[in-house]
Amino acid sequence: MSIVAFDRVSKYFLRHGGQMLLRDRIRHLFDRRERERFWALRDVSFAIEPGESLAVIGQNGAGKSTLLNIATQLCSPSEGTARINGRVAGLLELGAGFHPYLTGRENVRINAALLGLSRRQVNQRFDQIVEFAGTGDFIDEPLRTYSTGMSMRLAFAVAVHVDPDILIIDEVLGVGDQTFFAKCFERIMEFRRAGKTLLCVSHDLDSLALLCDRALWLEHGRVARVGPLRQVVQAYRDFSSASTPAGAP
Amino acid sequence: MASQALAIPTRPSAMRWRGDLLFLLESLILKDFRIRYRAMSLGVLWSLLNPLIMMGVLTFVFTKVFPNTTRQFPVFVLCGLVPYNFFTVAWISGTTSIIDNASLVKRIPIPREIVPIAAVLSNVVHLSIQILLLFACVWIFGGSTNVHWLWLPLLWFLEILFVCGLALITSSVNVYLRDTRYIVESANTVLFWLVPIFYSFESIPPRLKEFYQFNPVAALVLCMRDILMHASSPPTGTVLKLAAVACATFVVGLFVFRRGKGAFYEHI
Repeated sequence: MSIVAFDRVSKYFLRHGGQMLLRDRIRHLFDRRERERFWALRDVSFAIEPGESLAVIGQNGAGKSTLLNIATQLCSPSEGTARINGRVAGLLELGAGFHPYLTGRENVRINAALLGLSRRQVNQRFDQIVEFAGTGDFIDEPLRTYSTGMSMRLAFAVAVHVDPDILIIDEVLGVGDQTFFAKCFERIMEFRRAGKTLLCVSHDLDSLALLCDRALWLEHGRVARVGPLRQVVQAYRDFSSASTPAGAP
Repeated sequence: MASQALAIPTRPSAMRWRGDLLFLLESLILKDFRIRYRAMSLGVLWSLLNPLIMMGVLTFVFTKVFPNTTRQFPVFVLCGLVPYNFFTVAWISGTTSIIDNASLVKRIPIPREIVPIAAVLSNVVHLSIQILLLFACVWIFGGSTNVHWLWLPLLWFLEILFVCGLALITSSVNVYLRDTRYIVESANTVLFWLVPIFYSFESIPPRLKEFYQFNPVAALVLCMRDILMHASSPPTGTVLKLAAVACATFVVGLFVFRRGKGAFYEHI
């Protein structure tokens, strides 16, 4: 059984431009024209088997984030079906619920609870999380005193300690310095060796090549190509350089 | 199309968040509480100051400006103010909770019901401090603890259930119609006059009395006065009405929220 299966998934958003006020509602009562739809995804089908890892590539606005949000079940497809069998943890949720006035310790506990850890699991893993983040004594200081890199490291440390079946990584490999990057990378590889599934979005094609074996290339919400990573990335690179204006590096 | 203006999908999103719901609820409540009190220099003292000032002002107006015969007027007023204050603050924070926590709702597939419920419950901490203040006033004005006080936990539970139900309704409507919070604020202003805070239940016209008790806030105020001031048990009819309205509101709230939550993502 596939761990993630998208079957002809389409997703549109109505262009309401944040019109959520009473006057907009009343205007729409009289204005019966159908509002414009923006298709973020169109007819996307793919499946990920347990233990596989899939990279999603494409230009900005190609629908990568929408695809991940459907995979994490944050929103449902407008058409088609998306089946997910297992516990999903997304690194796109990095630092969700973090609050600057709370200490690192308090933020870790809240964030971990949000990501689905139980009280006991948090108590067990707390020291590992702090150790991984390398924040040291700062853990009892308010988060507003942290540097950006430090709070991102803390967020990443919580996320990798959730122990999901499917790990979703959205462009977060740029977190922290080289040492921390290496540590994250090692952690993700460990995760892969344990036979878990990985779904990655990044513009860093070289990192993706190390992490994933298959790739899905999205172009304006449609699947342009899906298959072995090397071929898809090559096709994407050729396409990108072809569409880059002459003279640009 | 007009119906699309409120595009509420009939298919609830099948979100499967696996985690410790109670631990999550506790974490969210603590978070709210800590943020609120750490930003205040006098902390918990502010919880006491507002009802005390209101009690003082109302006592002045209704004993000196408009003299009346109610005994122990400060306790009388506080029995009205504490439930009313809790109700308004909890309802407003519940109503705006989904929008206030947009980053959570859009990024983590937690069961979304927990967001307005946690917002309401985080006001319970605040409420307990005010209830202690009320007890202190009862003792100062010569009242004493008696067996009828055992009714209080049940009554307050029903009131909290009622606010949770209302918050579930208005928080989900507020996502689609951002004016909802202003409607709630106006409703609260109206309620200040329609709940017997500074007047007694006896002065209400007899044919309206039955109807009055269907308002859970009014029902709670009446019961509180019976228990704390008259040392008697609350009338069974009033408690039953309170229970019926509270449970019904909560069930309706869950239903409305479930209908609405599927398209939150697209509307926040």
